[in-house]
Amino acid sequence: MKVTLKIWRQKSPNDKGAFKTYQHEHVSPDMSFLEMLDVLNTELIKKGEEPVHFDHDCREGICGACSLYINGHPHGPLQTTTCQLHMRSFNDGDTIVIEPWRAKAFPIIKDLVVDRTAFDRIQQAGGYISVNTGGAPDANEIPIPKIVADEAFDAATCIGCGACVAACKNASAMLFVSAKVSQFALLPQGKPERKERVKKMVAQMDAEGFGACTNTKACEAECPKGINVTNIARMNREFFSSSLSSYEYQVGGGD
Amino acid sequence: MKLDSKIPAGPIAEKWTKHKFNLKLVNPANKRKYDVIVVGTGLAGASAAASLGELGYNVKVFTFHDSPRRAHSIAAQGGINAAKNYQNDGDSIYRLFYDTVKGGDYRAREANVHRLAEVSVDIIDQCVAQGVPFAREYGGLLSNRSFGGAQVSRTFYARGQTGQQLLLGAYAAMNRQIANGKVKLFTRTEMLDVVVVDGKARGIITRNLITGKIESHSAHAVLLCTGGYSTVFYLSTNAKACNVSAAWRAHKKGALFANPCFTQIHPTCIPVSGDHQSKLTLMSESLRNDGRVWVPKTGIKGLKAKDAVNIPEAERDYFLERRYPSFGNLVPRDVASRNAKYVCDEGRGVGPTGLAVFLDFSDAIKRDGRKTIEAKYGNLFDMYHQITGDNPYEVPMMIFPAVHYTMGGLWVDYNLMTSVPGLYALGEANFSDHGANRLGASALMQGLADGYFVIPYTLGDYLATIGWNDKVGTDHPAFKESMDQVTNNINKLLSIKGNKTVDEFHRQLGLIMWEYCGMSRNEAGLKKAKKMIQELRAEFWRDVKILGGANELNAELEKASRVADLMELGELMIDDARDRNESCGGHFREESATEDGEARRNDDQYAYVAAWEYKGENQPEVLHKEELVFENVKLTQRSYK
Ligand SMILES: Cc1cc2nc3c(=O)[nH]c(=O)nc-3n(C[C@H](O)[C@H](O)[C@H](O)COP(=O)(O)OP(=O)(O)OC[C@H]3O[C@@H](n4cnc5c(N)ncnc54)[C@H](O)[C@@H]3O)c2cc1C
Ligand code: SF4
Ligand code: FES
Repeated sequence: MKVTLKIWRQKSPNDKGAFKTYQHEHVSPDMSFLEMLDVLNTELIKKGEEPVHFDHDCREGICGACSLYINGHPHGPLQTTTCQLHMRSFNDGDTIVIEPWRAKAFPIIKDLVVDRTAFDRIQQAGGYISVNTGGAPDANEIPIPKIVADEAFDAATCIGCGACVAACKNASAMLFVSAKVSQFALLPQGKPERKERVKKMVAQMDAEGFGACTNTKACEAECPKGINVTNIARMNREFFSSSLSSYEYQVGGGD
Repeated sequence: MKLDSKIPAGPIAEKWTKHKFNLKLVNPANKRKYDVIVVGTGLAGASAAASLGELGYNVKVFTFHDSPRRAHSIAAQGGINAAKNYQNDGDSIYRLFYDTVKGGDYRAREANVHRLAEVSVDIIDQCVAQGVPFAREYGGLLSNRSFGGAQVSRTFYARGQTGQQLLLGAYAAMNRQIANGKVKLFTRTEMLDVVVVDGKARGIITRNLITGKIESHSAHAVLLCTGGYSTVFYLSTNAKACNVSAAWRAHKKGALFANPCFTQIHPTCIPVSGDHQSKLTLMSESLRNDGRVWVPKTGIKGLKAKDAVNIPEAERDYFLERRYPSFGNLVPRDVASRNAKYVCDEGRGVGPTGLAVFLDFSDAIKRDGRKTIEAKYGNLFDMYHQITGDNPYEVPMMIFPAVHYTMGGLWVDYNLMTSVPGLYALGEANFSDHGANRLGASALMQGLADGYFVIPYTLGDYLATIGWNDKVGTDHPAFKESMDQVTNNINKLLSIKGNKTVDEFHRQLGLIMWEYCGMSRNEAGLKKAKKMIQELRAEFWRDVKILGGANELNAELEKASRVADLMELGELMIDDARDRNESCGGHFREESATEDGEARRNDDQYAYVAAWEYKGENQPEVLHKEELVFENVKLTQRSYK
């Protein structure tokens, strides 16, 4: 296969950046998208041109590092991670446009690499259950209905890639934040701190400069892990009940 | 140098309890006077940083990733072992201990493994309390599965994403300490050297991967939780950035490197598809619970998965079930891998390259229904489909062994301290608990055991012994010297301006290691490989081509410095494989086999840990032997027949 690549090149955070076009003649349908870029990079280095920088690591769709905006979609045409996208999803002769995630809260570092530490800071604000090591009760002491555990698990599978933000015209991080809030709101272990947690995480999210949610559901459509927008609804309920008095909250709940 | 493993005296079941009692404690009010550096934020690093922060130490934690959550632990799929005996199927701490020592082919320390089995139960409690959503039964209690090498169901799991859920649990615990100000996080920061002053580890040198800035950090102790080095084979199931540099640079500063040749080859990986291949994808071992491994009785060239259904039962060879009737498809990894190699060597391999065997779910789907299989393995099946284009619900998977895990690593004593005082190694970076072969679902257990339940005790003993005054600041000349060395090394790499890319060298190294130091090894091949690597190294330092500068994000430079270390490690692996003229666990020496091709261990000569001492550039390393003593487990030739 042969493809034409239009890739965003930007030397440093303050550089203006621009698209650059490359003809790629050595593509096989079995290659992963990132392997296709590996081959391009080898050719560039040989020619004396700096290789294209992009984040990646596990190449198994689980670490959340890879983050390319391909032909107008985060992670490209399929609902998967960039590293799990294969060239058989493209046609011979295609032109492929590759950009970094674009969001105020994810500043560009170089080429296709962006800074997603805002996500970590949101998690630091409240994405945990306050238990110290040691002294935990027996794991089977609190039974959790399978259906609840499964729902919590589904929310917990978020890989922190940021595609939801990149997909959203408002660059909202609601899907990402709500996934963690939901996981802990569903589990009995997470309930004692649920009120505090949602407040702190939402406050940090706002402070980082992510946009508001206007329910376009673009995030869900592009999320490689299929995180559901019902999590956003749950977070909104959690947030609402957290602003009620603790008595009402305990009685009214948000389940 | 005399190796002291510091294994406590007394009956095996009491050693750890007694030891904990005998360890010195740091007074709670004094903990804040101690600084601890943790390198790595995988299961081992994140759990250690969180637990030490909770205790009150000042922790600095480093990762070269953009976020702690990207550590390679995230990719672990199948599960984590624990001797909970929730299934009432006869499990116990002693049985987990016994299985792990046996599974490791009697090349691990009994005392370490027993401790691991003891704390395994606490790990599950801890994780559940953190909100890790393990799989559950309809009654609401935790669910278990069985894993290769065990006849009880003791593996806890979270669909096919156990590592992710455990890591996010530890990440969250660490985040809480970051919020509390007890842990300071440095991302995109790579450790490039350990600083040793007066024989003790005093800090590290790092490079900020965005700005290129070289910096010093000092502390009372340094914990390396930097993972394994399977990427010495270039193609492996490990994440691309996994490397040996942190451990290797510590090795060069005096830390002994133990059993470097002990590598695990995992039987269930997606076969190689072409030269462009950048990594191999593991299909969780849990698949062997329900999938049946087979090849045709007589070889059929280029047999495709979609044509497998046409092969009648009578013409299929379920070779694991045939050769190992009691364990069948659940034999340990090394046995399953080697047997796959044998049938491919016989010309009975399948797929376009003939380097693959089938893993077939049709019987399981008939028996349990597609829904059940989907619930267990849905994401793995999807991943396989995505990568290969074949649908495993309809046609068998094709699998082939790939390098997966490195049992070898920095030598540590019972306290997880390396041979350099104040320098510790946790998780896959140390050599400690898996002997010559790691059982499935035991690495996650070990990483979390080390970080949550061992180091908080053993580190305290060291710190209390040296006292908080015993610290060297970054103004000490040793830091400057080390920084200069690191800077020179980087400048040297950039100044070569040769013709070959880093990846080209890495790939070549991988091919040499896989061919001569992979699934089966012999003296002539190893000797040849050693020479080949020496030549490759020389060529690398003459001809590698790295563009870009030192003071910016430069992925090629990062890779080059890691590949340079991997090449040196490769040589040591070969030395180690040559020294060990026996077959044990993942290490198969052709000179030491039974007539029907099974491994033959040699306990009289090789029941030791091989710990290597660095002696300077291009000098042969010196071997130190730690004799292994077995007081509880009877040494037998492993048999899974
Ligand atoms: C695909 C796959 C599946 C697996 N499945 C299972 C399973 O089901 N069950 C099981 O028990 N085990 C499994 N394993 C093994 C297990 O995942 C690993 O052994 C374990 O997670 C290693 O954890 P760790 O904390 O030691 O290291 P890692 O998770 O590899 O973390 C290493 C950390 O060190 C950092 N680091 C390294 N070098 C430096 C440096 N120089 N400077 C700064 N930071 C550095 C990295 O950034 C990272 O944060 C699997 C492994 C693979 C490859
Ligand atoms: S919610 Fe989905 S898209 Fe957003 S970070 Fe998580 S996995 Fe990525
Ligand atoms: S590289 Fe890890 S998810 Fe793509």
